[in-house]
Amino acid sequence: MRAPFKKFLASGNVFIWGCAAGVSVSLLMVFGLLLLIVINGLGYFWTANIVELTLKDKQHVMGQLAGREVIPRSITPDRPEGKSRLRVKIGNRDIYGLDFKWVNDDQIASETYPPDIALLERREWGNMYARIKAVYKGETLQAEGNDAGWIALAPLIDTTNALYQQITRIERIEIGSINTDIEQARLKIRALEMGAAPDTRERGQIDGLKAQVAAAESRYQEKTLELDTLRTQFNEYSVLMVDANGREKQIPVGQIIRALRPNEIGLMHKCWIYLTNVWSVLSTEPREANTEGGIFPAIFGTVMMVIIMSLAVVPFGVLAALYLREYARQGIMVRLVRIAVNNLAGVPSIVFGVFGLGFFIYAVGGTLDTLFFPERLPTPTFGTGGILWASLTLALLTVPVVIVSTEEGLAAVPREFREGSLALGATKLETMLKVVIPSALPGILTGLILSMARAAGEVAPLMLTGVVKLAPSLPVDGSWPFFHFDRKFMHLGFHIYDVGFQSPNVEAAKPMVYITTLVLITVVVLLNLTAIVLRNHLRKKYAGSVL
Amino acid sequence: MQNGLRQSPDHDSKDHAVKLTLNQVNFFYGDRQALFKIDVEIITNQVTSFIGPSGCGKSTLLRCLNRLNDLVEGVRLEGTMLLDGIDIYGPNVDITDLRKRVGMVFQKSNPFPKSIYENVAYGPRLHGIRNRGRLDQIVEEGLIGAGLWEEVKDRLQASAFGLSGGQQQRLCIARALAVKPDVLLMDEPCSALDPVATAKIEELLFSLKQDLTVVIVTHNMQQAARVSDWTAFMYLGEVVEFGLTKQIFTTPSKKQTDDYITGRFG
Repeated sequence: MRAPFKKFLASGNVFIWGCAAGVSVSLLMVFGLLLLIVINGLGYFWTANIVELTLKDKQHVMGQLAGREVIPRSITPDRPEGKSRLRVKIGNRDIYGLDFKWVNDDQIASETYPPDIALLERREWGNMYARIKAVYKGETLQAEGNDAGWIALAPLIDTTNALYQQITRIERIEIGSINTDIEQARLKIRALEMGAAPDTRERGQIDGLKAQVAAAESRYQEKTLELDTLRTQFNEYSVLMVDANGREKQIPVGQIIRALRPNEIGLMHKCWIYLTNVWSVLSTEPREANTEGGIFPAIFGTVMMVIIMSLAVVPFGVLAALYLREYARQGIMVRLVRIAVNNLAGVPSIVFGVFGLGFFIYAVGGTLDTLFFPERLPTPTFGTGGILWASLTLALLTVPVVIVSTEEGLAAVPREFREGSLALGATKLETMLKVVIPSALPGILTGLILSMARAAGEVAPLMLTGVVKLAPSLPVDGSWPFFHFDRKFMHLGFHIYDVGFQSPNVEAAKPMVYITTLVLITVVVLLNLTAIVLRNHLRKKYAGSVL
Repeated sequence: MQNGLRQSPDHDSKDHAVKLTLNQVNFFYGDRQALFKIDVEIITNQVTSFIGPSGCGKSTLLRCLNRLNDLVEGVRLEGTMLLDGIDIYGPNVDITDLRKRVGMVFQKSNPFPKSIYENVAYGPRLHGIRNRGRLDQIVEEGLIGAGLWEEVKDRLQASAFGLSGGQQQRLCIARALAVKPDVLLMDEPCSALDPVATAKIEELLFSLKQDLTVVIVTHNMQQAARVSDWTAFMYLGEVVEFGLTKQIFTTPSKKQTDDYITGRFG
């Protein structure tokens, strides 16, 4: 019995099994995690049918089924062991206060799916599940009854959505640009007044600027009037809704983004709605403390931050690696530097955040402000968190990765290439630029890939250097100079933290957390794929043995 | 004939101008001495081969001739090496110019990861030739000189790595020829090649020596006997015997040489 066992040990199979088990466990964990995120995330976009539950106490509950779970600690007599309950999304937060309600299985008398219940997606207070009682224009009745109201409602929603877009455009772009004009004129006036007492020419300038401000302000008044008219139209119609238990609630049509009757809709149409839901999450701005609406600003912020970081980290890391590997005299000093660089990769990211705050924001940004934007002080321009400082902080955080893999890439360039080039009369620099660096590019890109993956997922340092839960505007827009590196930004990783753990409405925020996670992973994968495709292209170009 | 050194060639050679003169050359890697008192004269437009067992310093000597050993840290050279009467290690020598005049072909073919055309054009471009027509001409001349033109003229833009081993080595020769050197150093250029490819390169040497001086290091004594006019036998960092190839291989004056070429050791 012992001899075969010994033989088995000696065969090395145990070792192979151990290795295989290690790989399998890692893969299982990765795919398990992905599966969990995908299932929970993608489920959010599906418009489930609306159920109407009649309870044994004659109460009605109306909403979308969100899940069934075993009642926790269900061993007491009124909660017998092993019983389950339903989690129903009842919406109507303005009436009930909570979006979700738990209904024990044994309380339910009947369960129906009436086709006439409407789902109203609203700009505030979340979804509403109710029947229509009447539609009003001001005080006058326009339509009465559920079906007549439904028919009357649809065109009204289209009108108000168009009005909403118009209002947003005026508020954001037109009034926004007027405000920028006023602000800039004021800053110029301040800059002129800040120096010595203004002479006649300067006074003339100041008067001109003041006239500009006055003109802009009158334009602003016109726009406000226009807005007022639009807002009156926007709030002209209202709809009276009645919930499962007969409670009535009148809401302006302008509050409704979309009205659906999910129980009437066919499968194909639902798939279409699914796709529109996905698109709207990817392309719109958040609503309701980020728990609803889209995550577009966060996607944009994440991608832009990673790109700025890459632009900063690659030249920096590559130059450092070139010096360490090719020019520095190999000795104890270089070895110490290398150890220090490697250890830098292990410093907690929050420490980099604190450094970024102290160095980039206070020191560099503060100096920039006093030198170039003194008229805006004490309001900081660069002396506060912004996408540039956050990106540079992350570049510092990830520069060791780029240095290490660039050094490896350089070390892998065959000596024959260098000698071949030198023997033709090339200088060291020419050899470096024309032969060595091109051959080391795949290694450099590997470093970039690793650093992008790390940077995109980092949250802690960003919280100190410029991320916010809701940014009023994107770092890139139509107003000069188009790229606003001083602006604060939103980030998917921080969005997960904020929505999932800082939100007052945890249950409603859950799906958003999964979706954001899914999008973050997708963004990282896409960014990496781009770099990987580029690397493979280069590998092919510079591939080949030296015989 | 007595000491085997500085034989005057007695066959139909031309002017016998001396291209490279090595005078009492000692070479050190740190504390370790690799070359001992080398005295050799290399004649213009002739092929000179260095033979000897592994580790005898042949390659080191070759790499001293274009100062490629400068890359190694802690090396030191004593004595003089003259190229056309000018000290290679003199203070006013521009290494770039030196290496332009003294080309080199390595043991392992080392084309750059670029196209065939770019490989050959690499040197001329470095030395400031930008004109496309001029470059085309140089590339063609180089490839013709290396006997590769007919094989690759239709795929100049293809990767150099697509060539066979022998073709790659001839591409390296073409690359070296493109900078118009006076001297071509070859460090065991055929050791990784099959007999057919080797034969092609050996043929090439006969045409190359019309225009330049060739110094070749080889393990293969038959090769040395076939291609070279002059042969130096090296052992443990010293030149044991240097003379006309005919003499070295027929009537060596030293016993060590005789033992080596007859295969008794090495």
